[in-house]
Order: sequence, then C-alpha cells, then structure tokens
Amino acid sequence: MADQRKPDPSGKGVPARKPAPARKPAPARKAAPPAKGKAVAPRKPAGEVAAAEPEGYTSLIEPRGAVSDFLAPVGGFGVTLSNMFRPTVTEQYPSEKVPAKPRYHGRHQLNRYADGLEKCIGCELCAWACPADAIYVEGADNTPDNQRSPGERYGSVYQINYLRCIFCGLCIEACPTRALTMTNEYELAGPTRAGMIWEKEDLLAPLRSGMLQAPHPMVEGTTDTDYYRGEVTGSTPAQVAWVTEHRPDDPTLPGGAGLDAANVPGPTAAVMAATVAGATKQGTR
Amino acid sequence: MTILSSGPTTSLVPAAPVAAVEPAGETVTFTVDGIETAVPKGTLVIRAAEQLGIQIPRFCDHPLLAPAGACRQCLVEVWAPGRDGALAKMPKPQASCTLEATPGMQVKTQHTSAEADKAQHGVMELLLINHPLDCPVCDKGGECPLQNQAMSNGRASTRFVDVKRTFPKPIAISTQILLDRERCILCQRCTRFSEEIAGDVFIDLQKRGANQQIGTFDTSVLGFVGEAPLGAAAEDTSGRPFASYFSGNTVQICPVGALTSAAYRFRSRPFDLVSTPGIAEHDSQGSAIRIDHRRGVVLRRLAGEDPTVNQEWITDKDRFAFTWQSAPDRITTPLVRNADGELEPASWVEALDVAAAGLQAAQQPTDPRETASGVAMLPGGRLTLEDAYAYGKFARVALGTNDVDGRARPHSEEEETFLGHHVAGRTLEVTFADLDRAPAVLLVGLEAEEEAGIAFLRLRDSVISRKLRVLSVAPLASRGLERLSGTLLPAAPGTEAEILDGIGTDPSLRETAELLGSAGAIVLVGERLAGVPGGFSAAVRLAQRTGARLAWVPRRVGERSAVEAGLLPSLLPGGRPVADSAARVDLAVTWGVEHLPAEPGRATAQILAAARAGQLGALVVGGLELADLPDPAIAREALDRVPFVVSLEVRHSEVTDRADVVLPVAPPTEKSGTFVTWEGRPRPFPQALTSHAMADHRVLDRLADALGVELGLQSLAAVHAELDQLGGWDGARVGAPDVTAAEPPAVPPGSAVLATWHQLLDAGRLQSGEQFLAGTAKRPVARISAGTAAAVGVQDGGSLTVSTDAGTLTLPAVLTEMPDHVVWLPTNAAGAGVRDALHADAGAVVRLAAGPRDLEARA
Repeated sequence: MADQRKPDPSGKGVPARKPAPARKPAPARKAAPPAKGKAVAPRKPAGEVAAAEPEGYTSLIEPRGAVSDFLAPVGGFGVTLSNMFRPTVTEQYPSEKVPAKPRYHGRHQLNRYADGLEKCIGCELCAWACPADAIYVEGADNTPDNQRSPGERYGSVYQINYLRCIFCGLCIEACPTRALTMTNEYELAGPTRAGMIWEKEDLLAPLRSGMLQAPHPMVEGTTDTDYYRGEVTGSTPAQVAWVTEHRPDDPTLPGGAGLDAANVPGPTAAVMAATVAGATKQGTR
Repeated sequence: MTILSSGPTTSLVPAAPVAAVEPAGETVTFTVDGIETAVPKGTLVIRAAEQLGIQIPRFCDHPLLAPAGACRQCLVEVWAPGRDGALAKMPKPQASCTLEATPGMQVKTQHTSAEADKAQHGVMELLLINHPLDCPVCDKGGECPLQNQAMSNGRASTRFVDVKRTFPKPIAISTQILLDRERCILCQRCTRFSEEIAGDVFIDLQKRGANQQIGTFDTSVLGFVGEAPLGAAAEDTSGRPFASYFSGNTVQICPVGALTSAAYRFRSRPFDLVSTPGIAEHDSQGSAIRIDHRRGVVLRRLAGEDPTVNQEWITDKDRFAFTWQSAPDRITTPLVRNADGELEPASWVEALDVAAAGLQAAQQPTDPRETASGVAMLPGGRLTLEDAYAYGKFARVALGTNDVDGRARPHSEEEETFLGHHVAGRTLEVTFADLDRAPAVLLVGLEAEEEAGIAFLRLRDSVISRKLRVLSVAPLASRGLERLSGTLLPAAPGTEAEILDGIGTDPSLRETAELLGSAGAIVLVGERLAGVPGGFSAAVRLAQRTGARLAWVPRRVGERSAVEAGLLPSLLPGGRPVADSAARVDLAVTWGVEHLPAEPGRATAQILAAARAGQLGALVVGGLELADLPDPAIAREALDRVPFVVSLEVRHSEVTDRADVVLPVAPPTEKSGTFVTWEGRPRPFPQALTSHAMADHRVLDRLADALGVELGLQSLAAVHAELDQLGGWDGARVGAPDVTAAEPPAVPPGSAVLATWHQLLDAGRLQSGEQFLAGTAKRPVARISAGTAAAVGVQDGGSLTVSTDAGTLTLPAVLTEMPDHVVWLPTNAAGAGVRDALHADAGAVVRLAAGPRDLEARA
C-alpha cells in the first residue's frame, strides 16, 4: 500500500490519499495523465522511500455510466429482492444432519490393511508435522507374538488431543503409509479435557469383512513393501490358524461373534458418542 | 551439547585453567573457494575448510579417527602447483578428507565448482542406490547425516528403478548392538573405531563389489578362549564372541542407521527428545554425556564432547545403564517404621522429626548405662561434591563426631593416611592430558579397562600414537592390558608392595625403573591397593625414588569428592587434618561453630564393628550397598543391631530394609551438582528432569534443622558460596604412610590366594533393569594357572569350586598364564559375588576343588 501514499512531509503518518471525487477522475497534474481504468503511471525504478511519487490518485475501478450511477442508492435492495425468490439454505442441525463434503477435514482415523494389520508404524512423522503439537506417538518393536503392523515397528501409543487439533491435515500429508486419514466426522465435543484426548483404540478404523483383529503374523512370504503396494488383499488361512490358536474367542474369526462384536468403539470415543447423542437429542425439534 | 571442564566451580575444587593454545609450527598457505587461509602443516583440506565455515559433505571422516577416504562424498576440485610451479588442475576430483593442504593449492568445493558439485551428487546417488527408504522407522531418521546431506547435496528424485539389495535384518552383534546391513554405506567408521580406539575388532568389511558388507566373521575353526558375554553374541573377527565395553560408541558415530542399540531401538524420534548435558555417574572418569529425555523419562544417553576428558567416547555402562534412576523400586516419599515394624509412608515433617528424635536419643541416651550411644555416618561412594560436603558438615556440626567414612569398599588406615597425604587438596596434579604425554605409565591395583574406561582409551590412544609404555603390577595380563601392549609385572595378591619396592632396587626390574625414571612418567594406583598392607607406602616411596608422578584412580564417582569434602575419619574438607588444631579452627570459623570434634573418628569397618558389638546408638547411611562392604555379613548384622538407622536412598535396598527412617533423595538426573574426577577435576552438571526429589544436601540441611542445628546448605548456591569461602588448605598435611609390607600368607595345599577386581559390567545396582546391557557383560570365570589347575584336578573349561568357611562359588575355570597358587574371580559378577559368597577379598586364602561337573565327568 505504500505506493498509494504520498510522501508525508509533516511526518504525522496521515494517509496522503485524499477522498477522490466520485464523479470524475482525479485531476492529473502531470503531462501524461493515465488512461481511464488503466494502471497507474509506472513508477520510476527507485528506492521504496526515495521515489518521488506522482501527485494524486487514480482509481482502478471503471467509472459507472449515468444510469447505474442514478440507481446506485437503491442498488442494495436488489440483493434482498432476488433472495426472496431463492430456496432457503438454513440447515435444521441437529434435527437433520447434512453430510459434509468428501474432502472435509474431520476427525482422524488409523487405517488397517486388508488382513487387519495396522498401517501405523509409529514413525511419529505426524507428530513432527503437527503445528499444534496435538499428536503424541510412541513406537515399539513388533515381536512374533505381537505383530501389529507389517515390518519391524508399530505405534504402541497414539494420542490425538482434539483440544489442540486445528484440522489442518498436515499429519495426513506426512504419513508415509497412509495410516492416518481424516473422516468427515465433525461432532467432537465433550465436557472434560481428558475426554478430548483420543487414544489409539478410539482412532482405529473399524474392521471390515475379511480382516482379522491384530495382532497376528503377516501374510506368509510377504514384506512390508508388499503390504504398502496393496498386494495383500485379505487374511489367509495361516493367519486364521494363528489367531485360532492364540485367541480362540476372537470375534473376527470365521464362525466368531462377528464384526459388530469386534468393532466396539474405544472408551473415549464411546463417551464422546454418548455426549454428542445426548446433545443431539436435546437440540432436536 | 558440550560440557567443558572450565565450568563454574568452587575454590575447594578449582576448575582447570584454560589450556594455552600451542603455537603452531610450520604453516601452509592455500585457498579454499578463493579464500586464502594458513593452517598448520599436515592439516586436511576438509578440516581447513571447516575452520573457514565451508561445509563439505562427508560420512567416513571423523576427527578422532584416521582418514580413510571410504565414502568419497567429500570430493572437491583441486588445483595445485606442478613441478614447473604452474598451477595445474588435478585430473579428477579429490577426496578432501584424505588430502593434506599443500602450499599454493587452490581448492574449489561444491560452492564454487560445478565439477565438485556434480561429483558429490553422483556419489550421493550411488550411496542411495541400495539404501532402503525406511527413514520413517529408522532410529537415525531426523538426526541422520545421510538424510541431511541427501537433502543438501543430493538429487531431488531417484533415477534408480531396479530392486534394491536387501539383507535379513537386523543382525544382533551382541544383545545390545544391532546391525542393519542394508542401511550401511560402508564408511568404516565403526570398524576404524573398533580397531583404532577400543581395540575390540569385531566387525569388518566382507565380500567385494555390490555385495560388500559389514559383518562378523564366522571363524569357528579358530579355537580361541576368551571372555564371553552372558547373552548371545556374534563372533568377532578373531573368532571370539564379541565382548566390548565401548561398542555403544559405534552406534553414535554411525552416519546412517546401520548400527542401532536394542535399548533405544524404536523408542522415540530425535525431535521429541529434550537434551540436557550431564556427567556420567558410573565411574570416577567424569565423562561428559548428553541425556535425551521425553516427558520426564530418560530414553537414551549419548557421549558428550570434552577433549580434555572423554573426547567423544564413553563406556557402554555410562551410555546404557540409566534405568536405575527410574526403577520401579524408587522411593518417592519418606518412610517411617511403624509400631508393627513395617515401613510406611510419612510426610517429610513427620519423618524428619522421627529421625531427629532417634538421632538425639542416640547421642544422649536417657539411661547413662546405655552402651549403644553415639551416631556414625556411612555416606557411600557415589556422592556429588556438594552432597559429600553436606555429609561431612552434618557429621561434624550436627552430630559432633568424626565417625564418617565415605569408603564403602575394602579400605585401610594406610589408605586413609595416603589420601590425606597425597590426594586431598591436590587437584589436577595428574590429568588425562598428562597420560597422553607420559613416556611410561605404571598401573598398580588398577585394571584400566574394567575400572577406569576413559583412562584406558586415553592410554590406548597414547600407546598407538605416541609409543607410550604401559606396565601393570597384577596377577595376570588381562585382555585390556594386552590391548595396551602392556608389560605385566606379575605379582600375587599381597605382594604388590614387594614388587613396587623392587623397582629401582631389583636388577631384574631395571628396565621398569629406567622407564619410570624418565621425565613425565606416571604411576596410577587403584583403590584396590588398600587391600595390600604396605601397598600405598611402597607406591609413595616408588614415586619419590623414581621421580614418577603418582595419582590415585578410584572406581566410584564419589570417591574423589568424598576425599576433597572430608568424608574420612581423620580428614576435614580440602585436606585439613583433624589432628591439626589450626585446621580445625580454620574450619570452625567458616562453619560458625565454637569447636569441632578433635578426636579422629572411626573408619567404615570400625563403625560396623562397633555397631555389631552394640556400641553405636544410630547410623546415618547414604547410598551404599551392603554387599559392596568388605564383609557383607558383618555389615548386615551391624545394621540389624544398631538401635536406629536413617537411610538416605534413591531406591529400596538392603539398607532401607533395615532402616527406621528412610528419606528419599534425588538421583543425578533429578538434581544438579558437581562430580569430581579422579584427577580432581570438577564436573558440574545441570538437572535434567523436573522432580520433587531433593538432593542429599537439602535433605541433610532439613534433618539438621529438625535437630536444631543450622547447616546453611539448603541450596546449591549456598553450598557453593560456603565452599568458596572455605577454599583450599595450605597448612600442614598428613604425613606420608609408612607401613611395612606384610609377609604373604602361607598357602596350604589345595588352597590359593584370591585375586579379584570388579568388571565394568556386573551385578552392580546401578545397572539393574537393563537386560540388553547385562547380556554384554563378560561371562564370569575363575582364572588359575595350569600348574594350580593340575594340582586341583581341573581341566580348562571345567568347573572350579572356590570356598571359604563362609561359602562356596563354582565357576568355569579358564587356564591363564599367572602365578601358581593364585585364583582370580570377578568381584561382583551376576550370581557370583565374591564378597557376598566368600566374605573374602583379594589377598585372602581360599580353598580350591574341582567343581561338581568335573567330579561327575571323572566318575
């Protein structure tokens, strides 16, 4: 904006720009007045401060014609009038919930591979990327008895503090395995601070058909790269056998209690869901 | 993250003066990127560029290792004057880490030369071809020279489309050190460290071309007998199972994530660690370390840089043994023994009142016929200078006694005289730098590698680069001495004094006498010499006779500060003798008391004996383990007998089990203070973790307050102000010890004299909770000579039973070249504590027999 100010000889910092008369262009004092609606005269290539600015000011907005100039005082009513004939946009939230747009940045989700192993490797890059310091991760070793993700490392602690999260999505961009994505879920509210810190079991994506609850071994003969490339499409009989041996009551086993029994939300998520449901009920007409 | 030795300190233990810069000899003038610079002759181009602030990317180059030119990342364009004097360009880019600057040379780095820049990009591309893209899970990610320099000096995208070479990962070289070969860029820093610095060669380059890799040699055909670690370990290049006390340094200097430690693997990322400089608490070397912690939990420790002390290396114990400070058995609140005889948590006010009442009752028993009266203090050997000073002042001012002894180990009156005569108040007379310059160093009662790790590395450095001669008076040549190319002066335990007196008088030791007579020669005596009657006297005589300088190298971190702070029954702070009334008056003025106890106090063993005999009213015990005391059984009995015990401890121990009041104190990460090295160098360190735990000096100050005495040591600043006011002592000192050597004991058939020393990694309390480190400890063995073995009927590798009236230890026997009728055992190996099992120490006569396994085999 500096170039729109006159040099201020008084040094009082009063803007040099005078209220330009609306009806006619500013009188040009120099020999070559700028054409109507064109750019202001090119400035001399000189230092920001030292430049001797041309006097006066020329608006970039093209001046109106005579008719619109005449109607200008009542022009604002046109907006009101036209909206009277348009459909209303008021949403009856929470009585009627409108789905957010697909790219809406909602709460996070920790995804799984097709055989149920977690995608998160506990690398903490999301925590590193987070500008609000909302994410806390601790990594740990995968062991043969406790293989939670493909490869050597998994995230043993995963917390997102929704009091801090600004839903910027930088964590999603940072994630090297697409483990962390955002859902369209936006109803995040609760009466306690602790209730706003989501743990790993709250964030993990629900199991789908074909998935086996982790931990279980990787698909035989595969590496973490194969998983990353999407070459694992579901759990194998060997994995089922391993889970049958170690956790015979697992609901995700064939003939088990089923996915609904397995997909129990974590405690924090459950409390928040109950809070939101209560608020929805109260606010519903 | 450097702790330099010239930190803020007190005048009681003054800091080392800043060393004068040595005038450079011949200089060479040349230009880097058009900037003319003059450097000492022999300077490498990469170092000269560094001094000018020009960064050349590098991996293999390390200032403390010999140049290798292995990674080729530091290529620069070089123009040098030819024979005709005309400047000519070298035909190809040169590795600046192996190139010495020559007069008139013109070096163009990647900043000014497109050719150098292109060469560096090419090398980086080649290095990255087989490097896996697992930075997200790699421990080095975020602090990785390869990652950083690939960003600064590499291509933005890869052109490599083929499958990368992979290896099964990781190889466990030992239980602690893991090797991911596919991440390795073959810079050879680890192999050069092992060969040049530590001397434990364990991994080396194997195969050629694209298959070249770092690995361990499988030479099962070589029948070596060595010190094997407890846990599983790969074999080193000589075919021995790899056992090194310095292997953690390779993890730190690895420029990629190829070497990682099991303890830290996948624990955290560098960005969420907070780093605090610190000083290692495991030995008297005072190594600078860096403590990395997250949310109040220490996750790892790295070597700090201090050229005057530990350079850039630390022992594995300093690096990995830190979990003791946050162990589950930490004491968090004061505890008071209730009417049922159980310790129960109490408030500080209550605990201090109970402790004060108990101590007062012990000082002035209501019943005058009560024999159990008086209070003594056993502060232990792990204190900071400030805490040690507080113990000493508490004993003398609040308790009015000199019964305070910081020596929680075998000790003698002769040692006390030696410490008062030669050690106390004489700081920085022999330093690490003197070890570098010495022509010869004699070790007496000191196993450098096991008991003084950094001194061992400094000695080894001198042995290699400056032809230092190391001599050792010991019963056997350990692997550590072999790696120092040392000469053994064999001495059965108890005969060390005889050998020392023989140097300069015995013609067979003429060469030794000549070496020690040369200017700058040094005699290092260990704390174990206290177990040899006449040992310290002989050492002092030897130093006077040959002109060699004498230094005392204790094992524990607090030993030197205890001596300086006057934690000896006959010594006040700064080397003031208790017996000297002028010294007492000097101190009494500073402390603002009318008089100080003039009667010399009792040493640890006498205090414990008095306690056992029911002649002591109360004991105040600091951080010490009863199993470390000369006779643990007597110590346990003594503590059981004493009517009242106050314990200042970090963790539950055998002492707190017997204590009436337990006052929790802060471990080193949770307080600031000053450790004192064996040289007498103050090593101040800041507090790393936020904590409510109080340092010993604060607890003692409050306890004195409860007793109605003002110590004035409530803060570190107050202690420092007082130490400054006190200063050193220039009055008379304790006279030199003069104890005649005892005749060696008669060894009946089937018996042997016990030789023993602590190994660096053993069953020590400060190493608990670290299973990966424990796996690298040496396997406990009993060493005997072939002759002794034949007499007992034990084969090499067979089991040997060593027994006294108190107990028995059975260990695998290893035949070693050593005097007959001597058996060596590790002092405190896991499951084989000599003092605990045998109630014996070096010099004692023990019975030998073939172990049960051998007897079975023979049957």
